[in-house]
This record gives sequence, C-alpha cells and structure tokens, in this order.
Amino acid sequence: MNRRTFARTLGVAGASLLPLHHRRAVGEEHRKEFVGVLVDTTRCVGCRSCEFACAETHGFPEPNQDERVLDRERTPSVTQWSIVNRYSTAGGDVFAKKQCMHCNQPACASACLTKAMLKTEEGPVIWREGKCMGCRFCMVSCPFDIPKFEYDSPIPKIQKCTLCWDRLERGKIPACAEACPAEAITFGKRADLIKEAYRRISSQPDQYHQHVYGEHEAGGTGYLYLSAVPFEQLGFPQGIESTAYPELSKDYLYAVPIVLTLWPAFLLALSNATKKENEPTDHEMHHE
Amino acid sequence: MNNRNGSLALLAGESRRFARFLLSELKPKGKLLTPFNVIAACILCVAAVLLTIRFSQGLSSTTNLSQDFPWGIWIGFDVITGVAFAGGAYVVTFMVYVLRLEQYRPIVRITVLNGFLAYLFYAGALLFDLGRPWNVINPIIGNSFGVSSVMFLVAWHFLLYMITEFIEFSPAVAEWLGWKRVRKALASLTLGAVILGITLSTLHQSGLGALFLMAKTKIHPLWYSEFIPILFFVSSIFAGLSMVILEGSVSQRVFRSQITPHHRASHRGIVLGLARVCAGTMYVYFFLRVLVFIHGQQWTYIATPMGYWYLVEMVVFVLIPVRLYTQAVRFENIPLIRVASVLTLIGIVLNRLNVSVIAFKWYAPEHYIPSWMEIEITMAIIVAELIVLRWVVNRMPILRSLPERPVDGAAHAIESLKEQPQWTTST
Ligand code: SF4
Ligand code: SF4
Repeated sequence: MNRRTFARTLGVAGASLLPLHHRRAVGEEHRKEFVGVLVDTTRCVGCRSCEFACAETHGFPEPNQDERVLDRERTPSVTQWSIVNRYSTAGGDVFAKKQCMHCNQPACASACLTKAMLKTEEGPVIWREGKCMGCRFCMVSCPFDIPKFEYDSPIPKIQKCTLCWDRLERGKIPACAEACPAEAITFGKRADLIKEAYRRISSQPDQYHQHVYGEHEAGGTGYLYLSAVPFEQLGFPQGIESTAYPELSKDYLYAVPIVLTLWPAFLLALSNATKKENEPTDHEMHHE
Repeated sequence: MNNRNGSLALLAGESRRFARFLLSELKPKGKLLTPFNVIAACILCVAAVLLTIRFSQGLSSTTNLSQDFPWGIWIGFDVITGVAFAGGAYVVTFMVYVLRLEQYRPIVRITVLNGFLAYLFYAGALLFDLGRPWNVINPIIGNSFGVSSVMFLVAWHFLLYMITEFIEFSPAVAEWLGWKRVRKALASLTLGAVILGITLSTLHQSGLGALFLMAKTKIHPLWYSEFIPILFFVSSIFAGLSMVILEGSVSQRVFRSQITPHHRASHRGIVLGLARVCAGTMYVYFFLRVLVFIHGQQWTYIATPMGYWYLVEMVVFVLIPVRLYTQAVRFENIPLIRVASVLTLIGIVLNRLNVSVIAFKWYAPEHYIPSWMEIEITMAIIVAELIVLRWVVNRMPILRSLPERPVDGAAHAIESLKEQPQWTTST
C-alpha cells in the first residue's frame, strides 16, 4: 500500500465524520428564545380537561372518563401524549400533568441518528415520521422516559407531546393550556415563565416549595413546574442533575475525531517500525 | 474479423464455464442430511415464519419489548455482544500486519472472515429490531445526519468497517475465482484496510458502550460509569481473542480436511500466544473495573441482590478465567485454555447483557425477559452465519492456505492455485 491509497481510504472515513468537529450540543446555540409551559400544581384541580383537549386535537381516542384512572400513577402512552396523575403528598392530594419536558438540550434529539427527533428553534421537541428508523435510542436516552413506541404496528411511530407544534405554527397556543379552566397551565416564552414562577414564589412564599422544577433539571426544560411540596413527591424521576444529557456522551464524541486522525498515523508508524530490514516492500509482498 | 469472432467465442466460452463453476460451487458439498443441517433447516424455517409475523404485525407480536424496555436481546445480545465477539479480527490483523507477528498469519483469514460474517449477520440483525427499517438509509445517504448521535457514529463505523473487512478478505475470493491480477490489486489495499479497520474498531467497540452514557439514571450504578466506552473497548480485545481460540479448536475438527499439516503444527503456539494476550488484557480490564468501583464508592451496593450478581460477573467470569489463562499459559495446557475461553465468553455475554438489559431499569417492577421467539430468531441468525461460514471455508482458500507470503508446505497449495484458475481445473 502506498501513501496515496492510504490517504484516500482515510479521507473517505474522515469526510463522513468531519461534521463532528463543528458539532455542538443540540439547542446550545439558538437564535430565537425558546417557548415553554409553566404548570402550577397548586392551581391544578385535577379535572383532566387538558388530557381530553390533547386527545381531541391530536386525533386520539377519547380518554377514559372514569375518575378511577387516577388511582394509579400513569405515564404518557402511544395514544395519550399528556396525562394527569394524582399524588398523595405530605400536603394532601396534588395533581400533576405529565408529558414531554421539551428539554433545552434534549437527550432524545442528540440520541437520534436521523434527526427525526428535533429540537426546533422555537423550543418544542418534535418527531418527524419520514426520518425515524425506529431504533428507539431516544427512548433509552430520555431521562423522563417520554417517547413511546407503537409496538403493535407494522409501521410504528414514536408518540410524544410536540407542544402542539402544528398549532403554534398556526399562531395558536397549546391545546392543554387553552383548555385549562384553573389557569394552571401557562404558555409563553421560557424566560418570562421563569420570572413569573419566581414572582409567584416570592409573593406567596408559604404556598410554594422554593424551587422551579425544570429551570436547571437536565440542563433546563421547556416545561416548568411549581409545587407546594418537594418534587420527589410528585413522581419526578430521581437522580436527574443539572447537566444536560448530551454532555454525558460529549467526551466520547470529542475523542472520536482525535482517535480517527492520530490512531492511523500511529499504526502506520508502528507498522513501518516493525518492518524487518530485508523484508520486501508491501508491493513485492504479494506473490511476486 | 476472424480474430474478433475468435476472441468473442473464447470470451463466451470462458464466461459460460465461469457461470458453470459458480453454479457448481453453489451446490452443497458433502452429505445433506446431517443432524446439523436438519436442525438448522428447522430453526431457519421457524424463524422465517416468525419474521413474517413480526414484519406484518409489529414488534409486539414476537418480542417482549415494552415502553419501559425498548431494547431486548436483539440489541443486547445479537448486536452488542456479537460485535464484541467479532473483535478478534481487528486484534489479529493488528498483530499480523502492524506488529508483523508472522506466527499468527495462518489464522488471519479465518478470523477476518468470521469477523466479517459476524458483522454482516449480527449487525444485520439490527434490521429485524428497527421499527422502521426502510428509513435506515436516511443516516447513510445523508439527508439527515444526526452527527451528535453516538448511534450515528456506530452505524457508520459498522458500515465502513464491513467494507474494510471485506477488502482484507477479498484476496481469498479472488484466489477462489482465479483472478490473479485482481487479487494483486486487492492485496495491495490490505494494510490500508487493516489500519482503517483497527481505528474504526477502536471507535465502535467503545461506541457501543457510549450508547448507554445517556441512560445514566436507568442503569444500575455498579454497571454505569463514564468509563463504559473504555471498558467495552478493552474487553472486546480478549472477547474477540477468546472467540478466536474457541473457533480455532472447533474448526480444527470440523474443517479437518481443509487444514494443512503446517497449520495444524503451528496451532498450538498460536493458541498459547493468544491466551497470553487474553490474560494480559483481562488483568488490565479487571484492574480498570476495580478502579471504577472504588472511584464510584460503590461499596454500599455490594450487599444487595444486584451486588451479588455483580460479584458473580467479576469473580466467576473475569477473575477465574484470567487465572486459568495465566496458569494454562504457564503449563502450556491447551484444554485449560479452552475452558478459560468459554468462561471468558460467558462473562462477556453477561457483561453486555447486564449493561443493556439486566441492570437496565433493575428497579422496574416488571422486568423484561426475552420471549422464546426472540431467542429462536437469535439462534437462526447464528445458524445462518455458520452455514455461510461453512460454505465459504469449504470453497475458498481460508484455512488451506496462508494469506500473503506463503511458507513451505502451504506454498505448494498456493502455487497450484496460481497456475490455473481453480474453475478451469475443477470441471
Ligand atoms: S423529556 Fe425526553 S422526550 Fe422530551 S425533550 Fe426531554 S429528552 Fe426529549
Ligand atoms: S426511534 Fe426514531 S426518533 Fe427515536 S432515536 Fe431512533 S430514529 Fe430517532
């Protein structure tokens, strides 16, 4: 093998991975301000209007009306992007709506190799049917276990809340926020929502637990929560720190271009070093 | 005019003969109704039925996957463990082409072939698991590059690595077809392919571990650490070599007729050498895992069921085999090396399954257990690979000749191959 063929083979591989040099965690740099939703669980009355509105807007079957569905903790499902749970806490029964958190730097989108999961510039994390190959790596990676997969379908989709992306594009607000009779769900610019959350906490400090869930969790999320009780009691997953999830595999991804450039050079040098004095060159080696 | 007609006729005749050769090679050699063939045929037929069901009714018809467990053994065993087992190819090519340890040359081809087929079948099995496999071209043709995805990287590396392995292996195909000039061209690519292949392997062996980095809260702390990629890489070295050792001792028997006396004689030394490398890298691996354990201050987990399970993996399937390897190398005890290799391989299966399936959401009330159909299809993939392997070994110069510079005994075999294309003599 000569230097040219080697360079060529290397080039092919290198070219495919070059974008890594410019790679930046999804959403780290955005031109527009993200939108988000503030859920104030102290206001939620558990009427599940948001659940019904969600199903209706997105064409899913109407959720079970029976109140007893609240008896056990539910998760979003392939036919319910958003659900309401009842938690019995130190401060009595509390209702909390659960759905995709629309992370600032979503694990799901950075996991997705086809960019089917996409953090839009506006903030909502959406899923695009034409791109997804159904590997379910987004499900493995999402710290909130949000994306759901249609295991029963030969043409399965990933189902999860899109923050009503299609409605936003038409200038409307998310269906759940519109439907809530108790004003527990506020849609707006994320930065404004954080301010509003702190305003509520400071104006009624004894009503609120002093924390805005989602301001820093998992690197910050589009959905923000207020509560009267600590958030562990509202079924939020344990162990979620403030580092954004894509950071966890960043070191590895940064090492890739380095290995890709240094390793071949090192191996080639090593191979030359072990070449014996009288050994034929590579060209003569092959049966000549 | 005459001349042209003549050469045309010659060409036609040659290509007819070539086609006849290919057809005759496609036919099975040897007895058809062996126990292996019968069982294999059954397994494959059942798998074909199951796969039809799987693709017409969705994954839930055949697998026990759920919203909580998106990945089962098709990923955890077929892909993640299978690729670790296939690691032998990059290690052996490193030893032979980069370090020029000539004594390992006889096993290069069979190892590369094994590696190539393992990738083809086990990584190919990914297609059964993908929900929307028709979109698999998206990340390849570049209309949607998710470059920040570890999965993207792994997928690309699989693809490129399969190409490099095929290039490394291609001279054998050319010899089989009797294409001398093509063979020379292909052989000149070998070193480049080897170097690229080793680089890609380093990256995707570790990349398979990196897939789990974002599942930080979902994998039991005894198995999760930011060093998973390094651990996966280091363990792929001895996993691959243990597989080479095991395969070697099996093919010594199964492909007896293919193996030259020279090869058989060198077998012992090769196995001992490989065992030594296994022992060395396993010590490093064990040491690394202990470091990770201490670094993570994981004492508190040991006295739990998962802790005992961790100890089983670490003691029975890492510490014991590494001791066995060391002992066996010292006393040149080949059977003991085989025992060690089997234990090591079980340990790798356990480790990969622990990270991807068993310790994944260990807290879930209902844990995933594979369905019999998932296991059946996994077996079918292995069987299919073995059949193709057997087909190739029985036809191409894999075991019966040494690649590149032939030495004494085997040289004659190659000489005779060189003189006339095989397909003109075999009719
Ligand atoms: S909550 Fe999960 S699905 Fe939603 S954006 Fe974050 S990582 Fe993605
Ligand atoms: S399942 Fe689809 S959306 Fe999720 S990571 Fe895979 S390709 Fe992306």
